[in-house]
Amino acid sequence: MTRRILLAAACLPLATLAIAAPAHDYAPHRHSTKAIAISDGWARETAPGQVNGGGFLTITNASYQPDRLIGAASPNAAAVQLHTMTMDGGIMRMRQLVDGIPIPANGSVELKPGGMHIMFMGVRAPFRPGGQIKLSLRFAKAGRVDVTLPVRPVGAMGGMDMNHDHH
Amino acid sequence: MTITDPNHTGPSPLKRWRGPLWGLAMAAALGMAWYEGQTGSTRPAAALPAGPGGAFALTASDGTTFTERNLAGRPFAIYFGFTRCPEVCPTSLAKLARLRAKLGSDGARLAIVFVSVDPGHDKPADIGRYVTLFGTPIIGLTGSETQLAQITKAYGVYVAKVPQPGGDYTIDHTAATYLMDANGQFSNLITHDDTDEAALVKLRQLVS
Repeated sequence: MTRRILLAAACLPLATLAIAAPAHDYAPHRHSTKAIAISDGWARETAPGQVNGGGFLTITNASYQPDRLIGAASPNAAAVQLHTMTMDGGIMRMRQLVDGIPIPANGSVELKPGGMHIMFMGVRAPFRPGGQIKLSLRFAKAGRVDVTLPVRPVGAMGGMDMNHDHH
Repeated sequence: MTITDPNHTGPSPLKRWRGPLWGLAMAAALGMAWYEGQTGSTRPAAALPAGPGGAFALTASDGTTFTERNLAGRPFAIYFGFTRCPEVCPTSLAKLARLRAKLGSDGARLAIVFVSVDPGHDKPADIGRYVTLFGTPIIGLTGSETQLAQITKAYGVYVAKVPQPGGDYTIDHTAATYLMDANGQFSNLITHDDTDEAALVKLRQLVS
């Protein structure tokens, strides 16, 4: 009984680590996932027949040690890759980040439209607004972190509003 | 085909001017690309535009042939991309859809055209389904490699297939929307960096 309470107490802070994550997923990783928190996650609506979809989120690392997002998987897609997009003289270039995404110690990294993103390849069914996309992120140190991304309309840019200009 | 590493430049102190300056540089670069495209080639007989644009023949989502004559008398906004592009393409098309709604009754005159430059993946029917996503009429087109090479050259659009690990490929492409007037003449560019407000000014000029 006492052991069970202690275990529950140990797990409690972990429940806040990820969006809608079942607590049992974290039990094997409770020592390693503490430092990583995921926020502002969402996936972009896709059209019927559209093969790929984009996902966006913010990764915060509360550890004094840097970490690295090294991979991802989802039951909603055949494969998940980490990509970046750059604009170079008006030309859009998208590249797979084969070495993953470094997460600085005591810092955060934003995956957002116009930059790095999660690429769902071979989506099982169209991402419809209101839907929920499950995503498992794999970190070099923190291990596996599960999140659920709500689907937002195709015109969404993240945050609260559509236009994210700061001038 | 040139493959260069993505090169990200830091924020400039001339942040205010970055958009307009960049737009100007972009327009110049595209103009040069267009000029190079035209040099030594036979100009299309049907139209002699003073800039990007001109005659083309592509396939509509219902499988029928679609040419620049199908757009005669209508101003249009034309964007080149591919349906597997999860980022800049939906963002650009969603922006056009949003801005068309702000144009009021003039918005109905505007044709929005999406050309898939990925015939290897995107079949006409796929493009037809894709464009329905944006909740406004969008003309989805594609064509053979030869047809696409012709229209991208006419518009000075950069397209490059880039192999990806695992055997698939992605496509680097110009991310600007070309605004063409009712006579098929080049009017302006909406760049990826344009705010809604800036893009709306250009669209109003086009349709009014």
